[in-house]
Amino acid sequence: MAEIGSFALLLALALSVYSLLAGILALAFQTRVSSQLTGVAAGRPVPGEESSLVAMLRHGSERIGETARRAGIATFGAVLLASIVLVICAFRDDFSIAYILHHSNRDLPAPYKFAVLWSGQEGSLLFWSLLLAAYGFVLRLRYKTDPRLFAYASVVLSGVQIFFLLLLNFAAHPFAIVQGTIPADGNGLNPLLQYPEMVIHPPMLYLGYVGFTIPFAFALGALIMKYPGEKWINITRRWTMVTWAFLTCGVFLGAHWAYSVLGWGGYWGWDPVENASLMPWLTGTAFLHSVMMQEKRGMLKMWNMWLVFATFWLAILGTFLTRSGIISSVHAFAQSSIGDWFAWFLAITLIVFLFFFFKNKSHLRSEHKLESLVSRESSFLFNNLLFVLLCFTVLWGTWFPKISELVQGNKVTVGAPFYNRVAIPVALLLLILTAVGPLLAWRKTSLESLKRNFMWPTIGAIVVAIFLMATPQKWGSAFGLRPWKDISYFYSLMAIALSVLVALTVASEFFRGGRVISKHTRQGMFASMVQLTHRNTRRYGGYIVHFGVVVVIIGFAGAAFNLDKEQEMGYGDKMTIGPYTLICRSYTDDDAPNYASEWAVLDVYKGDKQIDTMTPVRRFYKASRQTSTMPDIRSGLNEDLYLVFEGLNPDNGHPILKAHLNALVMWIWMGVWIMLIGTVLALIPNAPAPLRVPAPSRVASAHAEPVATGD
Amino acid sequence: MPQETKLTEVNVGTAALGCRSGAQPGRFAGGAYEVMRECVAKILRECLMTNSNRKTKRSQPSLKAIRPLLLCTFVFAFLGASDPATRFNEIGHQMMCICGCNQILLECNHVGCPDSDGMRNELMASLTRGDSDSLVEQGFVQKYGPTVLAAPTTKGFDRAAYIMPFAALILGFSLIVLVIRAWKNRPAPAIADGLRPMHGAELEQFRDQARQETDL
Repeated sequence: MAEIGSFALLLALALSVYSLLAGILALAFQTRVSSQLTGVAAGRPVPGEESSLVAMLRHGSERIGETARRAGIATFGAVLLASIVLVICAFRDDFSIAYILHHSNRDLPAPYKFAVLWSGQEGSLLFWSLLLAAYGFVLRLRYKTDPRLFAYASVVLSGVQIFFLLLLNFAAHPFAIVQGTIPADGNGLNPLLQYPEMVIHPPMLYLGYVGFTIPFAFALGALIMKYPGEKWINITRRWTMVTWAFLTCGVFLGAHWAYSVLGWGGYWGWDPVENASLMPWLTGTAFLHSVMMQEKRGMLKMWNMWLVFATFWLAILGTFLTRSGIISSVHAFAQSSIGDWFAWFLAITLIVFLFFFFKNKSHLRSEHKLESLVSRESSFLFNNLLFVLLCFTVLWGTWFPKISELVQGNKVTVGAPFYNRVAIPVALLLLILTAVGPLLAWRKTSLESLKRNFMWPTIGAIVVAIFLMATPQKWGSAFGLRPWKDISYFYSLMAIALSVLVALTVASEFFRGGRVISKHTRQGMFASMVQLTHRNTRRYGGYIVHFGVVVVIIGFAGAAFNLDKEQEMGYGDKMTIGPYTLICRSYTDDDAPNYASEWAVLDVYKGDKQIDTMTPVRRFYKASRQTSTMPDIRSGLNEDLYLVFEGLNPDNGHPILKAHLNALVMWIWMGVWIMLIGTVLALIPNAPAPLRVPAPSRVASAHAEPVATGD
Repeated sequence: MPQETKLTEVNVGTAALGCRSGAQPGRFAGGAYEVMRECVAKILRECLMTNSNRKTKRSQPSLKAIRPLLLCTFVFAFLGASDPATRFNEIGHQMMCICGCNQILLECNHVGCPDSDGMRNELMASLTRGDSDSLVEQGFVQKYGPTVLAAPTTKGFDRAAYIMPFAALILGFSLIVLVIRAWKNRPAPAIADGLRPMHGAELEQFRDQARQETDL
């Protein structure tokens, strides 16, 4: 089997190289033909032989281009074959393959054997290559949308694909054979990865990372060919939205996995690898906003080009961080030589991009004209500033230990306290912009109109803030918020109040638009809002994404109220945390083929009433001989009760339990769902305009005026 | 809420006298924190003086209006509780466990960790002795090295970690303001003969009409 896999990888490399070279050749010929035709159009005399040469060149270039496209499609088949072979080897427990030996074992459950594909260095690079080939497959099938642009994008994609296939064939071979005696069983999968979400989280994250290659390929292609018009940015935007949704899903699934498995009670640790996933997400989000400036007003063409490039580059940089071991991280793969490969690839892509950018940047020049500071355009400029600044802060914090080592000779730790101090104020500013932005119209918004539409949401947010400060703390986690007690309470109050402000502005936009439709069509408000969303899915889908973001932010704000308690718990012992009382009922153990486990059984009381029985688990994985905790989480809208069976006290053998009371965590996961629903809505095409529209009656009330137009 | 007002005033008073009422220098860039604390003290002295001399001295209306706002902002930002348990929790969350788990000291969750228990005991002992926050941190850095702190300090080159993002913010903000001004001051494109560019109220009227008729 290993031979088939190795052969498939070599074939994929050959096909990719052909796709790249033939693609470049075809495009070069086509450019020549275009220049010849331009000469004819300009009235220059063209000899008869030259006309036939043009026809021959055109025909030849089209055929070569078609073979390049088909080679790109075939690359997907070859990489898919290699991936299937690796998965089959995992299911067949073929420990003659070093990768399978190190990442699987006989008793590993079937879903995790499938997940072996992306659980280690070599396999995950193969998976990356597979996804890239799959994206390329879809792109090459859809080439009729714009054959020339897609041909350029296909060439760029082939270039990236070659890099990953070179890595797989010569630096991190997934089918390397074990030398000497083949062990009877494998080393097993890392226990932390043996959790259902690990079967979903990496594919989602990789779909996001890899997907940003497509917008980059279109952008670079459009730059090289000096693409006329803005169609490419429209195509790129849709691909970016799909990719962004995958990355969002991947990042938050990672957070949920960390929360559910790692047992420290948190979901985000500002680890370099977590930061690596956040950076392209931030620049990608900035692009999704600023792209509207280019579509609507033809502005920011150069900036958008840079954002697309930065997003792709940061995705690769993140992989470089993970693979090179240059920055210490709990997620990092072992240090290996492939870091050098990534460094070279990053340098080459930067040089190629810079070369074409400076060569063709005159094509990106546009006439920028702003009518007013109070306009959608300027809000997007500030929005982009804050997103890029957040990205810079994360990048700076991630690299600072290395920089510090170079400058002052010693490493420092850059952990959560640093990011809380630096990133939270910027994020709060961004939240203010999220509230104001949708209320601003393109070109110019009168201050009166802004004041009129901003007043009620602002009053609403202030009322909520006062209410949260005034209420007693016993009402729940977010109540009784006394900002003078701690700076984290102050930040939380600000975050919740600003989130309410954003939510109210979003609601007011739906309400205003719904009311106009309701007046015209005489249907109910909800039906009108649905119709409103369907008529401009991008705009209102975007608002739903904003709403999801504020729900997530409220969830983050809950971290200020977290409590935790650790205690030795014998039979019948009690622990009180917040409103809950835990009584230890029993301890038990179990033995499964893959692991042995110890369980604590605890009755949970709220007041005098028993509300649940919880069973945190501690597992010992036999193959890897590693221990892992499986927290038991009782999730609620207000708070999560999170129990971890930490193990036995080595001195006296008493079981130790840690309880966390994590406020508002459920809001984070709910918010992500809302964000994804909004993204899907934004991808749906708009409903066609009705054939018969009643004569527009002027809206009587000035308050009904929708302040913002367009997306 | 008279009780809470009183509490605020007590905290305010201690801060004005330069006492550590649970304020956390570690949370802010050191020098900046001191400057801000001075500012807080000055504003509070002003406020207290104004309160005591309310009948004899009239303050300017604008200052009077923003004082409570400033007071609230600074009080919320800089004051807090100062009991040992809170300090233990705060300082413990600003240090790392050194066992290699890359976790915050108080969040290190594995039983049998060779380091975290001892470090927690040391922290508690230092606080019980009455050591200041900076003394506790210095002691830990001397014993375990600078990586024991979960965030860079505010001394020497470490300051750059905090300065750079805010410098980038100021730079970016200034740049955008300049760009907006430049774009705004660009002359309007020329239009065909016989057409008159519209401005002001006339343009606004047509703009409003267009919005109402075209936007859903």
